[in-house]
Amino acid sequence: MIWCTAPMSVKFWPNGNNIRQISCTRARNNVFCFHKNAVTPENSNHSFVVEKKMAIIDDAESVVKELRSTYTSGKTKSYEWRISQLKAIMKILTYHEKDILEALRSDLNKPEHEAFVHEIAGVSSSCKFALKELHRWMKPEKAKTTIITFPSSAEIVSEPLGVVLVISPWNYPIYLGLDPVIGAIAAGNTVVLKPSEMAPATSSVLSKLISEYMDTSAVKVVEGAVPETTALLEQRWDKILYTGNGKVGRIVLAAAAKHLTPVLLELGGKSPVVVDSNINIKVAARRIISGKWGCNSGQTCVAPDYLITTKEFAPKLISALTSEIEKLYGKDPMKSHDLSSIINGHHFDRLTKLLDDDKVSEKVVFGGQRDKTKLKIAPTIVLDVPEDSSIMNEEIFGPILPILTVNKIEDSIGIIIAKEKPLAAYLFTNDKKLKEEFIRSVSAGGMAINETNLQLVELNLPFGGVGESGMGAYHGKFSFDAFSHKKGVLLRNFLGDVTARYPPYSSRKLQFLKAVLSNDILGIFRALLGR
Amino acid sequence: MDSYNDSVYEKEIKELKETFNSGKTKEESWRRNQLKNLLSLLVEKEEDIFTALKQDLGKHYVESFRDEVGPLIKSVNYALKGLKKWMSSKKADLPLAAFPATAELVPEPLGTVLIISSWNFPFGLSLEPLIGAIAAGNTVVIKPSELAPASSSVLAELIDTYLDREAIKVIQGGVSVGEQLVQQKWDKILFTGSAAVARKVMTAAAKNLTPVVLELGGKCPAIVDSLSSSWDIQMAIKRILAAKFGTCAGQACIAIDYILVEKKFSSTLVEHLKAVIQSMFGDNPKESSSIARIINKSHFTRLRNLLNEPMVEASIVHGGSLDEDNLFIEPTLLVDPPLKAGIMTEEIFGPLLPIITLEKIEDSIDFIKSRPRALAVYAFTKNEMLKKKLSSDVSSGSLVFNDAIIQYVADSLPFGGIGECGFGRYHGKFSFDAFSHEKTVVRRNYLVDFWFRYPPWNQQKMQIFKSAYRFDYLGVVLVVLGFNKS
Repeated sequence: MIWCTAPMSVKFWPNGNNIRQISCTRARNNVFCFHKNAVTPENSNHSFVVEKKMAIIDDAESVVKELRSTYTSGKTKSYEWRISQLKAIMKILTYHEKDILEALRSDLNKPEHEAFVHEIAGVSSSCKFALKELHRWMKPEKAKTTIITFPSSAEIVSEPLGVVLVISPWNYPIYLGLDPVIGAIAAGNTVVLKPSEMAPATSSVLSKLISEYMDTSAVKVVEGAVPETTALLEQRWDKILYTGNGKVGRIVLAAAAKHLTPVLLELGGKSPVVVDSNINIKVAARRIISGKWGCNSGQTCVAPDYLITTKEFAPKLISALTSEIEKLYGKDPMKSHDLSSIINGHHFDRLTKLLDDDKVSEKVVFGGQRDKTKLKIAPTIVLDVPEDSSIMNEEIFGPILPILTVNKIEDSIGIIIAKEKPLAAYLFTNDKKLKEEFIRSVSAGGMAINETNLQLVELNLPFGGVGESGMGAYHGKFSFDAFSHKKGVLLRNFLGDVTARYPPYSSRKLQFLKAVLSNDILGIFRALLGR
Repeated sequence: MDSYNDSVYEKEIKELKETFNSGKTKEESWRRNQLKNLLSLLVEKEEDIFTALKQDLGKHYVESFRDEVGPLIKSVNYALKGLKKWMSSKKADLPLAAFPATAELVPEPLGTVLIISSWNFPFGLSLEPLIGAIAAGNTVVIKPSELAPASSSVLAELIDTYLDREAIKVIQGGVSVGEQLVQQKWDKILFTGSAAVARKVMTAAAKNLTPVVLELGGKCPAIVDSLSSSWDIQMAIKRILAAKFGTCAGQACIAIDYILVEKKFSSTLVEHLKAVIQSMFGDNPKESSSIARIINKSHFTRLRNLLNEPMVEASIVHGGSLDEDNLFIEPTLLVDPPLKAGIMTEEIFGPLLPIITLEKIEDSIDFIKSRPRALAVYAFTKNEMLKKKLSSDVSSGSLVFNDAIIQYVADSLPFGGIGECGFGRYHGKFSFDAFSHEKTVVRRNYLVDFWFRYPPWNQQKMQIFKSAYRFDYLGVVLVVLGFNKS
């Protein structure tokens, strides 16, 4: 045990979890000592804190060691084991639906409907799909061979990577925690899930249920905050899947670089929605509302972040949006039970700050109400905020929708491509030319035309970002592939041979090789015959 | 760090990004045109390429064709043939809850990419990724290795002459140039080289969230079973030797690093190896033009040190002579050097072939599994059980039976590593994919909209969703029609 004697400072950090941070001027491994329980500075024991830090690191090491040994035993490679674990996840969802919904209500105040559809049904359909398809996914894939390697046969065999780490965020803690785990297990890996500490009830329920129903020698939940995550990231993993923001994404990638660990990053960005005038305005409005406020009050990585429409059409669109919002959430949306709360005081303050910014506050055309005690912000629309305002330069991740207006709808494309590539981009139009132009010019993780958020749902489509919005993709078979190594297997025999391959070399051998590598059968004959 | 140099690269990279933003490289015609020019480059300038490789590595022109120019020609043709299909969108189906809608996967270029290649196959390892980068519609910088200066220089000249210099550039230089380049904001980096440098590259890339493909190395074992037919033995020996001494004198990531053989077969094996070494390289291999040289003094010294370790020198059964002035090391065979010696713990990357003997050939499985995963595992055997176990129980980048290195030219097999050998893959369509983003596009129209998607929520809407997600379509219909109340 190291007894840290460096001078100590105490900072009280008023966030929802009432954590007080004690930091040491000589931070170990760039992480501050962290003591989670409320403790007063006078009687806090700093050496205890350092001990706890060491314990966290030891824990991470021993977890990985155990998982590696389980993986080496070969247990997780069998079809039966993988199926048993997937079935265990189904049991968790079936028997503990209530507990999960309760935890989601506690952490996020998620309406039961949203919680069921986005989280429980999301995981359940993903798990069922894996159960159904696994034997097909596990089969080697035949690969074509050509005259160059004739005679030969080839196939691609999927192998697990080994021991993997899944770090999940707070906004869809069940779905974004368990869906990657499903992929990891289906591919035959051992896995650690590190749920977000900002959703403590779901983190706790996941930990409890996974340890109760699943094979804990191969699937573990490590709860905790920055110190625990840092300790985990110091270990050697065979893959890491991280869902969250770009700042931490960089930290994860840098930690992975030390061990040459491949990483899948699901980040975010400002997902734009462009609305043309020649559309069914009511349906479009509903879909935009559903994608923005109907998904965790805008706290969703693929939620429409901001909207672009023409100056001419804006008033009609705003009127349609406000009228539909009223139909869906009532005259006073603050009273509606169908809207999620903001996750915590820190994000609440962040969002109200965006809204109260000088350049923005006078542009509010709808909503703006907020209640800190309930951590609620009403669906809010702001119109034509300046490009340099904060709200247009960071991912909003909340129930505020800026609307920018342009002269011609085509101008919206220029605005979008000047920003970083988002996780999603949406377009509402019936104009075929605009659709094609949009698809051709705008790069994003995924896109939807005349719809929002739906590209996430389909298990046959890869879900992932590009550029600042992430790297790699998963869902359905793509999850299995993300956690697998595709080993090329080439089978040759001793029958055919191209002696031109071997030394000693000659120009005749060169001629022959040229013909072989050009798939030129006639050329081969000619070379053989010496012409 | 020279600040003047900083701004030079920034300027060139800015130019490449502008070219990309202009949309030129996205056109199929541009890509096809560049690939065709690359083909011309390879066919018309093969002499220049052979000369450069002879100068840098002492490679015979047939080896240069077989390992670099030839496979590149094959790959360009493969890309030209597949380009249209690779560039086109693929359709996918969607479930009921999204009905009616269509979905497709649209491949897009990533943008401006960096290819860093190593010195052993300076043309192959620069141009093979380039084919993928061009086919996928990106703008490219190639940073060849300064350790193969003639090749680096010829590569720069040829690319400038044959390809679109507003879109594809070669930036030459050493370590500091490489370090400066990786600090820039790339849309992808494909790196071929050592694990030590790979860590630095990936750490730099992390700052910009740049995805990387790392093609590293490792110790590739070759299991040689006791073959009975003399034809089979001859065939195996030739392939083994070509895959070691005949490929850049063993300086290749997928070269056979060491052999595993049963004790009772080992002396036969060594005898055959010696005989074929002689037929391939003559009585005096140094005079043979068919064996490449060691790249430089530093690597020569490294290899000599591997041989100089105490018990290692004693285990030499053939070869072992070194000529520092000519950077030549004779094809060397060793039998059972100590497993803890450098020659058995580090990647050899040279013409030294240890032969490790085992009681039973099946012991090779545990031997390989107890060591870090290899980029390729080779097995010369007819034993079906052994083959099956190697396929299912031993993890490696690739697995090849009864041959070696040849997986490099199989377009349909992904070429890449696992663990310390790297991650990501390329070759064939995998190269195109490595430099593309597959964007999902979901389209809906306005005809049908499901009222139950929207709040206010109630039990009925919940019931519908429950049924839909269970793919219980009848249940959905019944609830909608009001027959199935909860």
